[in-house]
Amino acid sequence: MDPMESIKQTYFVECDELLADLESGLLALESDEGDSDTINAVFRAVHSVKGGAGAFGFEALVEFAHVFESTLDAMRSGTLAVDNDNVKIMLRAADVLADLVQAAKDGSSVDPARTQTLADELSALITPQDGAPVTGDDGEPAADSWGFTPLKLDIDEPAAPSRWILTVTPTPAAYAKGHDPAILLREVARLGDVECWLDASALPDLNALDPEGSYLRWTVFIDSAVEETAIRDVFDFVGEDCPITLDREAPADQPLEDIAPPPAADFDVAALISLAQAQSGSDPAMPSDEPAAAPKAADHEESGGGREPSKQAAAGATIRVDLERVDRLIDLVGELVINQAMIAQRVVESELGRSSSVAIGLDELEQLTREIQDSVMAIRAQPVKSVFQRMPRLVREVAGMTNKSVRLVTEGEGTEVDKTVIERLSDPITHMLRNAIDHGVETPDERVAAGKPAEGVVRLSASHRSGRIVIEVADDGKGINRPRVREIAINKGVISPDANLTDDEIDNLIFAPGFSTASTVSNISGRGVGMDVVKRSIQALGGRISIASVPGRGSTFTMSLPLTLAVLDGMVVTVGDQTLVSPLTAIVETLRPKPTDIRLLGPKGAVLAVRGAHVPLIDIGVALGWRDEPIPPANGVILLVESEVGGRAALVVDQIQGQRQVVIKSLEQNFQHVDGVAAATILGDGRVALILDVDAVIAARSRDRFEPQPLAQAS
Amino acid sequence: MSKCVLAIDDSLTIRELVCFVLGNAGYDVQLAEDGVEGLERLSQCKPDLIITDVNMPRLDGLGFIEKARTQDAGKAVPILVLTTESDAEKKARARAAGATGWIVKPFNPTQLLETVRRILP
Repeated sequence: MDPMESIKQTYFVECDELLADLESGLLALESDEGDSDTINAVFRAVHSVKGGAGAFGFEALVEFAHVFESTLDAMRSGTLAVDNDNVKIMLRAADVLADLVQAAKDGSSVDPARTQTLADELSALITPQDGAPVTGDDGEPAADSWGFTPLKLDIDEPAAPSRWILTVTPTPAAYAKGHDPAILLREVARLGDVECWLDASALPDLNALDPEGSYLRWTVFIDSAVEETAIRDVFDFVGEDCPITLDREAPADQPLEDIAPPPAADFDVAALISLAQAQSGSDPAMPSDEPAAAPKAADHEESGGGREPSKQAAAGATIRVDLERVDRLIDLVGELVINQAMIAQRVVESELGRSSSVAIGLDELEQLTREIQDSVMAIRAQPVKSVFQRMPRLVREVAGMTNKSVRLVTEGEGTEVDKTVIERLSDPITHMLRNAIDHGVETPDERVAAGKPAEGVVRLSASHRSGRIVIEVADDGKGINRPRVREIAINKGVISPDANLTDDEIDNLIFAPGFSTASTVSNISGRGVGMDVVKRSIQALGGRISIASVPGRGSTFTMSLPLTLAVLDGMVVTVGDQTLVSPLTAIVETLRPKPTDIRLLGPKGAVLAVRGAHVPLIDIGVALGWRDEPIPPANGVILLVESEVGGRAALVVDQIQGQRQVVIKSLEQNFQHVDGVAAATILGDGRVALILDVDAVIAARSRDRFEPQPLAQAS
Repeated sequence: MSKCVLAIDDSLTIRELVCFVLGNAGYDVQLAEDGVEGLERLSQCKPDLIITDVNMPRLDGLGFIEKARTQDAGKAVPILVLTTESDAEKKARARAAGATGWIVKPFNPTQLLETVRRILP
């Protein structure tokens, strides 16, 4: 990649972080939790966005960030109050800034009127204090590193061109601040023709010389065409540390000695500069108007290789690696796991015995393989912060559109999960948050009437739980209206009128296809898709979603996802002549049923009595179309599994082979999606086995139960 | 030996940019994220030129300059202040702190290189 392009990518990544800091800082200020550090951090965020934007020529972004920054600066210095109204404007400005960054990133356009409106609002905040509107940069070229504020001087332009006479008398303070007369004189030389004289008369004997003292002064004759301000600008930043005098040369008949001290020796410019540099302690260098570049360039070429280590050291504790390389590594580790499993299988087959040195060595290898796998997976792991930080804005917008007052609280932002999972978390979380605000949280009036604070709280949290990441969206709203949900479900034919459902089952009906509780589809949570779409996208990631609700107290969406999409702990089972893998996370227990525990329901259905409860029996062979008739359940093994939609189910398989970690190989790249099959894997003996999609199998069965007719509208 | 430039900026973008532009031009570029890290690097790498941002967490640019000027490695090194701010009062404060020069952000890479080349040809 073009290096500048790659830095630009860094810039955008950094912008995302800065914008998140900006937003969280402003939110803290809004809720009165901020202090001067917060204001500083907010200021720095905008400042850095602007700083980078200029380097890439994002003019609109620079312009807006500049206005924003000026306003924040006023807040930082205390001339602008940190009150709610001001912070609210800044929050909206932060949104515009984010849009401008996005526009710079993907070339999309931002409504200039909206940008201008906010820029005006921001400017208006500080105009009364300053008495002048905020303007852009003062337009001085940044190339002039020696200051850019032109001094206001009355210039009497003499009729006849006569040269400038400049005297330069550095003080020790100038050297102490890193000023180098050679550089200053070289700058002057860039302005036009110069003649430079050194006065070294004050230079003492070597043994009396103070290395940090200043003994030299220069007199420079400069071409008359040069502007006085240009000369003075060179010394602008040095200021009083290096006093100068600047005059027009006297008429030619006046002796030089009268205006400038006699030069101690007849040095040429190069020699003068070398001497100056020798005094200031730096390496000798050539004046700029001589071909100094050549030897220096060679020097740089030679040292090119030697520079690498220091550059790497400078990069610090992180390196940037192409994602493809990481994925390749993960693939290879996957192969390694398979290979290791194959060897293990061979060892078992060769009847070497579990205590043989080969088997023991293999155990150690397995341990190591697993550690390598975990470490490699950790490379792809990222904190969910990147997704969470996009949410406050969404909450603000949805709350604004629905006229509700909502505060978002996030927890566990540092929880790490695979990059692929992170990328696909955004949509479901967005949808759940929209739903929580639109359907869960009441309007401020309703809340007050119900004895709750007017402001609703939506909590978004992430945590690790038994090898999965669990994301919860909890609101303190009105909870699910179960009678209404039930009524709608019956009206829409999702359940039959006489279905006997538990509260949990009713709550989870909102995930049923085609279900939406909003009487009119609002454009906030509706958008034509229901929670069923959310559920499906989560299932596609090997995840589960459920809702728990307490009427009047609020609802909690719980979504759990595997930490990685690359490996899976599975139970390897035999069904007919096929080998199948069931995700271990779905399995509650395995058992061999007694014939007396099995109750037949009608011609096809059967249930299994498990400790007093009845769960439907599903023959996997039949469900996947491998056989027409179910085997007698008592002859097989039961996998008692749990899913969100249909509760528990008892899956009948022929026998269990063992428990194993398998590497997931997607089928959909080469084949199409098959209902009931999540993916495939390669087993230790090299055979390919399908991975069972437990939820899909149960869902298919539940649909049969809830709805007598085939579910035509099901995806 | 190539000349060493120490760049201190809390923005990764600026650090990468400076590293790319000056590194390509043959300078040995050392980077630091804030003033505290800048001081650590200063004693390690003895730079020929320092470019520092003003607004940084922990120790800001002016604080860094003041402290650097008390150290041997930072005594006579040119220190350029890279900043988005441009008013005279702030410039005076930077000068008082011991800054040698001033680069106004947003800067463009060519200008940065040109400025550095003038000081470290």
